[in-house]
Amino acid sequence: MAVVEESGATVATAPRPRGGPLAGVRDSLVVARRNLIRMVRIPEVVIFGLIQPIMFVVLFSYVFGGAIMVPGQASADADVYREFLMGGIFAQTVTFATAGAGAGIADDMHKGLIDRFRSLPMARGAVLTGRTLADLVQTALTLVVLAIVALIVGWRVHDGILSALGAFGLLLLLGYAFSWIGALIGLTVRTPEAATSGGLIWLFPLTFISNAFVPSSKMPEFLGHIADWNPFSATVQACRELFGNPQGVVSDAWPMQHPVLASVLWSVVIIVVFRTLSVRKYRSATA
Amino acid sequence: MPGAIHAEGLVKTFGDVRALDGVDLDVPEGTVLGLLGPNGAGKTTAVRVLTTLLRPDSGTAVVAGVDVLKNPNEVRRSIGLSGQFAAVDEYLTGRENLRMVGQLYQMGAREAKSRADELLEQFHLADAADRTAKTYSGGMRRRLDLAAALVVSPPVMFMDEPTTGLDPRNRQALWEVIQELVAGGTTLLLTTQYLEEADHLAHDICVIDRGKVIARGTADQLKARIGGERVEVVVHEREHIAVTEQVLRVLGKGETTVQEHTRKVTVPVVGGAKLLAEVIRELDTRGVEIDDIGLRRPTLDDVFISLTGHGAEDGDAENGVKSAARKGGK
Repeated sequence: MAVVEESGATVATAPRPRGGPLAGVRDSLVVARRNLIRMVRIPEVVIFGLIQPIMFVVLFSYVFGGAIMVPGQASADADVYREFLMGGIFAQTVTFATAGAGAGIADDMHKGLIDRFRSLPMARGAVLTGRTLADLVQTALTLVVLAIVALIVGWRVHDGILSALGAFGLLLLLGYAFSWIGALIGLTVRTPEAATSGGLIWLFPLTFISNAFVPSSKMPEFLGHIADWNPFSATVQACRELFGNPQGVVSDAWPMQHPVLASVLWSVVIIVVFRTLSVRKYRSATA
Repeated sequence: MPGAIHAEGLVKTFGDVRALDGVDLDVPEGTVLGLLGPNGAGKTTAVRVLTTLLRPDSGTAVVAGVDVLKNPNEVRRSIGLSGQFAAVDEYLTGRENLRMVGQLYQMGAREAKSRADELLEQFHLADAADRTAKTYSGGMRRRLDLAAALVVSPPVMFMDEPTTGLDPRNRQALWEVIQELVAGGTTLLLTTQYLEEADHLAHDICVIDRGKVIARGTADQLKARIGGERVEVVVHEREHIAVTEQVLRVLGKGETTVQEHTRKVTVPVVGGAKLLAEVIRELDTRGVEIDDIGLRRPTLDDVFISLTGHGAEDGDAENGVKSAARKGGK
């Protein structure tokens, strides 16, 4: 068989040492491609990921819509609340990328394939970056579907398409940041199941003690402060601003007054911190 | 020595378990070392250390001329790893798996593609190339895994129990592949708990137990250590055991051993077939009815039992140590 003739010849063509950040990007894209193929072949995960936010839109708009009064409005108006709500739902949806990334990485870490990856001359962070990039694609897809549903229930963009695209950019950045939190969770826990629940459970207080569903001015003062400084709230507020949606009474806290800048800063800080911790953890698992 | 493996004083502990307790290994370029041991002996840990997956507590290792601890990524360019758990993505097709591995070995996209096609052909996976690996049989997955390890035709290969769990036909086929590989000059470290496999494939054998190397040499050298041929007689009647033992004591060279419940009497001999004929004649004159008789040469199983006091299949620490290995690696 050709194995025999090959071995001698191909040793010479053994991989040229390539290095630097470019090799890292390339390896990450190769791994991202692998994860995207998996998503296509296991579409259940993506489909459930789509159903959940749609459910939230419908539940919140129609169940709470008539009851919650957005401050600054004369009365509780379901149409106003629906527009107020969408920034919150969009932002909450992108944070759910955490669970997907966590479960995916936890799953990988317990399979033989990770030994293959670790024994290859590839960039060390590429397994993780590839996963988070694939999750970013999924998040983008979810946002598109969600925006269509939102348009159907009456949500509108009032400040032009460019601002709206800016808002979606912030949402993707936030989702990417949260998938790095998921990566760290996935590397820390023992099973994919634990990563899923560990990736979700803290999202509930995080997204509810925020301005996403109820204006922070309506919370007890202590919670209101937390909500104002919640990284998640900054993106929600920025989306409302950029979409031209009702904002309620906005607090004087710095992130609420400069939501776009605050949103970018928070996301970048989360990415830097959690990427560093995750890659370090992956490496220590390696070496 | 671009293709050699050399390790000295490897120690790795997981909690209370000393998975490696001062292991030295030497595999000259182009040869095959069979790392032989029962479950939990430390074979997998040794492979994980040498393939940069696990950092030892102490010791040094050089693979393909590169220090494993100082320069792991450089080592990774020259090695291929094939394990007992086929390390392929089951949701990717065979072709996609091999292309991905090629690209991660830093091949260009086109090169990775043509190399994948080549390997699929060589490993008789061309027909299944576009099916996901999930649909593959155990033997096919193992072949795909081995193909993935050979994408760059690395000068040094590690195979961790490559045939565990395979049926005899697939095992035979994999042996042939391995032999061709070695004929092409690849250095190979192979772990196995099948003594027959080590006997068949390895130039040198290293017997490892509880993290320590307890014997090394060629298969013949190891067999010679526990003595040469012996005659084994199974008699039909239990009362004939005594007289048979008497005959064998006279004709044989050494202690006889008797296994009452199987009615088997054994004695070391010199003189081979000629002596066997003599034993048969002698027993015949005394009216001993023989169920079975034979001249036996020691197997590596015998070597194993005499070295470790237990058989290769014994021991239940494997799973414990393996999960500890993974945990410890975290």
